[in-house]
Amino acid sequence: MSLTVAETIQQLTREHLEERNGLLLGQCVSAVGWIGGTVPDCRGKGIVEIPMTDVAGPAFAVGCALEGRRPIFVVRYQGFMWYNASSLVNYAARSKAVWGVPCPVFIRSIGMEGNGIGHTASSCLHSIFMHPPGLPVAAPMTPKEYREVWDWFTSHDDPIYVSEHRKSFQMNIEMPSQISANSKITILGISAGRLNAIEAVKNLKARGIECDLLHALWLKPFKITDELVNSIKKTGVGLVIDSDFEITGASRSIAYELMHATGCPVHALGLRDDACGVAPRLENITPSPLVIESKILELISGKK
Amino acid sequence: MADKSVRSEHLGTIPNLEREFPREFSLELFKRANFSHLFERKVAKAWDKKLFSIPIYLSLGTEYNAAALSLCCKDWRIFGQHRAHSIYLSFGGRPESLRDELLGLPTGCSGGMSGSNAIQGKEIKMYGHSGLMGEQVPIACGAAYASRKPVLTICGDASVEEDYIYPSLGWAATEKLPIVFICEDNDLSILTKVDVRRSWSPAEVAKSMGIHAVDITDDPWLIAHHVQSMSKNLPGFINIRSVRVLWHSGTGIDGTPEWDRYKITNEKLKALGLETEMVRIEAENTEKVNQIWDPVLGER
Repeated sequence: MSLTVAETIQQLTREHLEERNGLLLGQCVSAVGWIGGTVPDCRGKGIVEIPMTDVAGPAFAVGCALEGRRPIFVVRYQGFMWYNASSLVNYAARSKAVWGVPCPVFIRSIGMEGNGIGHTASSCLHSIFMHPPGLPVAAPMTPKEYREVWDWFTSHDDPIYVSEHRKSFQMNIEMPSQISANSKITILGISAGRLNAIEAVKNLKARGIECDLLHALWLKPFKITDELVNSIKKTGVGLVIDSDFEITGASRSIAYELMHATGCPVHALGLRDDACGVAPRLENITPSPLVIESKILELISGKK
Repeated sequence: MADKSVRSEHLGTIPNLEREFPREFSLELFKRANFSHLFERKVAKAWDKKLFSIPIYLSLGTEYNAAALSLCCKDWRIFGQHRAHSIYLSFGGRPESLRDELLGLPTGCSGGMSGSNAIQGKEIKMYGHSGLMGEQVPIACGAAYASRKPVLTICGDASVEEDYIYPSLGWAATEKLPIVFICEDNDLSILTKVDVRRSWSPAEVAKSMGIHAVDITDDPWLIAHHVQSMSKNLPGFINIRSVRVLWHSGTGIDGTPEWDRYKITNEKLKALGLETEMVRIEAENTEKVNQIWDPVLGER
């Protein structure tokens, strides 16, 4: 039985804390659930329960990083990154460029949505962390992807923003590309948008509409692969689906890059420009399979 | 409570404290503060000659704070913010690298990337500052936690009001971190005075968290006395009533300083019978500083 993403994170973290003198800092990390089972029960060996400070807390992690402890810094809701961001962006991300001093922090920023968690805690915020220099951004959704991101962190001396999603935690399979000679459109999924895209593509296939489906792990730097370029050139149109806001977000930024790389129109579909309510009817979350299907049908009908 | 009436050159002083310190200590105090003073005067001159294209935060008025701390906190990690030229110099940072940083040269201590307000010195374990006031304090706490080695962090009376500070003091108290917090209190946030901004005292806040804290004037022997004393039981917090001689940035002057610690301390040193050595030291420092600055200033 393959490890789930949660089990993979827990295993990597345990090794980091117990064997490599690493640290994990966060608020209530050893409370009920241990953050979806991702935090190992090795308190006293590198797990640091910091006080409830979303402003100073990340700076504690920055200080630990300057001392070579390669901290994992956990933020339970990505929405809280609005006030956790300052030291991660202004210090950790710039330390090497400004002072020549590496500041490697592994930022676990956990996205979740639905269940009435409201407008601040809901969804992902990886896009804003793609703006400042010095901070690579990845959004792993499978065990293998998570390990790839971790391996990158341990073999580099930079901080990294890891946009996790709670929906990935129980995943124990990989998500390979789906390529078909008859595809009408190329879909590129990000974060939990990938899960809904898989569902949408499956539903459309049942209706006789083929789509190429690819997955984005690294958002910054974003790697434009031959597979992606060839697919878009073949289908003539692309759609990037994300769990973050669409306006000035990762989906539009990547779509822009892909348009320049292929000469074909590439569209974006992310969260609407609306606040997320707590009532189910008012939610603004990752585009559903139905919304994705509708968008795909609209695009392939006119190939615009 | 922040009591403006206690702000004075005598706050917390201990009579004849300077006589309890070894002669060598006092001479070294002078050597470091004098060097910073002469260096900063040259920086001011270069500013007036418009040789800089960046903001400059001069530490004239606090030279002895830095000298005292450097003598008590040898090999400590240092996390400061702007107005830290004297800190950098007193702890042994290369003056040529600071000069070059201010001039934006690749040979500067940050290659021209950080300027006056974010200086660093790897050779003295002085970390850079991002420009977010007070951010250095929780970063310093993180470094103290991770290393369990002594850390000095310096903020001002304005940055001590930042959101970063309260949880940092709390975490330091909870974890008994090996750290000394210095608040260099010149009573001014740019030009807004403390009593306009707040009614509380940071030293009292630190005390309320169980941290050994004092509120004192900027007498260097007094600073040294308290740092040495609290270093046996860290964390500690010192609010140092200081005087900013010049403007927040640049070389402007608003009026006569409340007190002139540089002059007061030099008089005390002379009263200790150190005048002859002081003259010799000042001549040596002058020669060094001239060598560093005069080619830039076109004075040689």
